[in-house]
Formats: sequence, structure tokens, C-alpha cells
Amino acid sequence: MEENGTKNKMWALLITGALILISFMYYKTNVFYMYLIAYIWFGFAYGMMLQYGRFCFASASRDLFAAGVPRMAVGILVALMFFSLIQATLASTNMSTFHPAPFGIHTLIAGMIFGVGMVLSGGCASGSLYKIGEGNMTSFLAAFFGLCIGQAVFVDVKWFDFLMPQKWVAAAAAKGLPADKMTSSFDTYLAGYVWDQPTVRMSDLPAIKEALPGASKYFIGDALLTALIPAVILLIVIYAFYIRKGFLKKRAKQKGGAATGFGDDVAGIWNMVTASQRTTIMGVLIGIVAGLHIFVMKGMQNRFAVDNFGRLLTRMGFTGDVSTSGKVFDPGYWYITSQEGQFGAWILEKFGWNMHDNIFFGVNNGLPEPWRNPALWMSFGIIFGAMVMARLSNEYKFKMPKGELIVWGLMGGLLMGFGSRPALGCNIGAFFIRVAGGDPSGWLYGVGMVGGAFIGVKFFNWWSERKMAKEMEAF
Amino acid sequence: MAMKFEKTGEGTYMLDVCGYVCPHPQIYCKKSLEKMSEGDVVEVILDNPSSVETIIQMCDQVGHDVTDRKTEGGKIHMKIKKG
Repeated sequence: MEENGTKNKMWALLITGALILISFMYYKTNVFYMYLIAYIWFGFAYGMMLQYGRFCFASASRDLFAAGVPRMAVGILVALMFFSLIQATLASTNMSTFHPAPFGIHTLIAGMIFGVGMVLSGGCASGSLYKIGEGNMTSFLAAFFGLCIGQAVFVDVKWFDFLMPQKWVAAAAAKGLPADKMTSSFDTYLAGYVWDQPTVRMSDLPAIKEALPGASKYFIGDALLTALIPAVILLIVIYAFYIRKGFLKKRAKQKGGAATGFGDDVAGIWNMVTASQRTTIMGVLIGIVAGLHIFVMKGMQNRFAVDNFGRLLTRMGFTGDVSTSGKVFDPGYWYITSQEGQFGAWILEKFGWNMHDNIFFGVNNGLPEPWRNPALWMSFGIIFGAMVMARLSNEYKFKMPKGELIVWGLMGGLLMGFGSRPALGCNIGAFFIRVAGGDPSGWLYGVGMVGGAFIGVKFFNWWSERKMAKEMEAF
Repeated sequence: MAMKFEKTGEGTYMLDVCGYVCPHPQIYCKKSLEKMSEGDVVEVILDNPSSVETIIQMCDQVGHDVTDRKTEGGKIHMKIKKG
């Protein structure tokens, strides 16, 4: 055991040392790579925190429905509250990179597809990455074949043309994009539907702007109204449905009398929030670090006088990396999935598939070489950060998927890949970041995601009940 | 890889979910406990650390006792007495 512990510590040191060396080499190659190095280390920090707190958005709704355990849902809501306050602070000092997303029913539908997928695969987009760091190869299957390859294929095929209304086809054609960049069903969907949807940010609404001048619109409109109040309401609802009865029963036993007062309920909510300290503490830390990440990326943009890393790649002469808009995918904050799609597209191009002939890669996000892809480095950082944390706590275990897990991993990954594209994000980009930034479309995605998770749990309940019945035949 | 749920004696059971990842260990654990009578004990063997926290909190909420928990050779052994 001790020998194993020493080996794990050595691995942790080796991985960290290798990342330090890589960062140093990037810095020595060109100072512009500081931008990319920031992504590596924020990814690393996310990975460590996600692994330590077992922080997975799939677990939030899944464990609530499957086991009645609110640990993760509480952790995420705590993270959301802290992150929203930091987002508001950054927005009020003009140091935010946040941008709202097109609002529409597509967000809800995409969230639902993603929700089913994350339950089947056993982890959300960020959860799958940290679980790869723990040695879980089911998550690798989900991430590689679903988030990477599945997503890339999804945005480049015509398979869904039959779903595209003529109105969208006409609206897309009217945008005047080059024909060689408008080849897939997803292109029609983006240019013909998504781009025409309004974006909503509470602090941008005329009524809020008028009523709340100055910085207060960010704190009240974005943080309080969009994130804090809904999060507190959700905490109360979770407490009332899953915890209250059991807690009050236990408390009455301890008090030797009835426990029905307001104080008892407040104590119950506090008990629920602090029941899993490692998750709640990580929730607070993740909220703070996600805010700091935005601050640092904005600082980098100001430092190099750019709005996107693609401009720096162009200055370095890597013009083939960037899209026709001169940009690459560079969210400026915590984000998963788009960069995995880029990685998948990069691989498919090596097999002769043209991935530049669509809006997603060709016009919007570019296709940088993986070693020059800042957001992809963030994903690698998450995997390595989680690996280091898992090694340090002797929890790393290489597990190959077998039997049914291969099916669930692949199916879940593909659904996550397909579910993250129509809403332009996943549990992080489409839910967590948006809600904390004052964009109510994040809640739409969240509701869809929870609904999808409910369906996934129902399916697994049915599946496991069958297997249990078979096992119990022998009793 | 297959899930095993066995009766090992009078009022004692064994649930082996090694190799399984979330959410399977916690779902099988919950279902095993549902099939048992009050006072029965199940030994749960798993190798997915993320599931342990959930199982512990589930037991705490419902009133089951986690009487033993140890890690051997990368596998986590938990003994749960149904409350």
C-alpha cells in the first residue's frame, strides 16, 4: 500500500513537472503562448477541484432521482452562486469575457438530449474529462467517440437536411455566406435559425438598465435575479422534497420533542449544504476560480490587444489554424465540448475528411493544430489535473470498459456530443457559465438537462431492476 | 464483468459491482437495500470512488448504518446495515 502511495506521488510529480516543462517551452517559443499556458493551468486547477469534489453535473440530477442524494446538486448551486457574484464584479469593471447565447426552444431540446447522454455515459462533459484522469476508460469512450468524433461529424453532415424547414434554408441563403462554407445541415440550422434568435442578458434589458444604473444592474439583474434567487429557491425545493422529512425526524429524536419550527428547517437546509464538505468547499472554490479565469483571460486579451487567440496565431504566421473570421475557438472562460469537436475534426481531416467546409469550423472556430489549440489544452489540463489529484489520493485506477459499459459509454457520449452542439455548449458552457452571467437561456438548458437525466435514470432503474431480479432467482 | 448480488448467510448479502462506473454502483446498492429486511447486512464491493460519497449520504439520509469501510487492492469494501 505504502509502495503504491509512493508510486502515485511520483506519477503526480512527473505529470506536474511535465506540464511545467511544456509551459516553459511554449513561453520560450513565443510570449504569445502565455495565453495558451493560462488555459493549461486553469484546466489543471479545474481538474484537481472536480476530482477532489467528485464534481459532476450528471451526478447532480442523476443521484437526486436515482438515490435521493442531493450532494452534487447542492455543490453546483453553491458554485453557481459564488461564480455569479464574481461574474457581476468582473462585468462591472469591464473585465468580463462573457457573452449571452441565442435564446430559443432549441436550448431546451439540446439540454434534454445531453441530459440523457450524460446519465448513460456516467459523466457530464467536464465529469467525463476528470474521470478519464481517474483512469476510467468508459469516460474516454464517451469523450473520444462522442464529444470529439461524434460532434465533428454532427456539424459536417447533411444527414439532418430533412429536418430543416424551407424557412431556415432561405434564411441561411440570405446571409450571403460563401457556398463552400455552407454545406451541412448544421450550417443551415446555425445560419437559418440560431443566428436569428435574440440574445438575452438581464443587465442588458432596457427595464433593468433604466431602473439600475451603473454596476448595480450586474449584481441585481445578472447575479441576484438570474442566479442567486433561482438557486436559493432550488435549494429550498430540494430540501423540501428529499431531505426535510428525514431531517426533522432525526432532529425530533435528538431534541426529544417535535421539530417543526422555522429554525429547524433553516438548520435542515444548512445541514444539507454542509453534508458533503468536500463537494461544497469545491463548489465555492470552483466558483471563485472560474471567475478568476475570466479575469485572467480578459487581462491576456488586453495585454496583447486582441479579442481572440486566433489573432495571435495569425501574427505568428499560423494562418491555416484560424477560420475565415481570423478566429479560433477561444471562449475566454471554462468551456468544454467545442474544443473536443475541433480535436475530432482534426483527426478526421487526417483521414481525408474536409472539415473546413462548414460554418462551425470554417467560419467560426477554426481548426488549429491540437498543440496550438488553447481551449483543447484546457481540456487536457482538466484530465491531467484530475490525474494528479487521483494519484495523490491513491484513487487512480485504470479501468477498461467491458460489456454493457461500452454500449452505455458510446451511446451516452454520442448523445452528449449531439446535445451540446444545437445549444452551442454543454453543462458548463450552456448552463453554468450562462446562468452565472445573467443569461436565462442557461436555465432553459438546465431544465432540459435535468429532464433528460430523469429519462436516463428511469431507463437505468428499469435495466437494473431486471438484473437484480435475475440475481435474486437463486435466493 | 457482471454485477453479483448473493445471499451469503442468514441476513447477510454481498453486492459486487467492481468494474462499474457511475451511476451503476449507487443504483444497485439502493436496489439491494430495498430487497433486504431491516437489520440485514450487505457487503458492497466497488472500485468507483465517486460512488462511495453518494452511497454514504444515501445511507445517512435513509437511516442505514455504514458499519465498515476499507480499501484493499484498489477495491472499496463497505458494510451496510439496513436501518
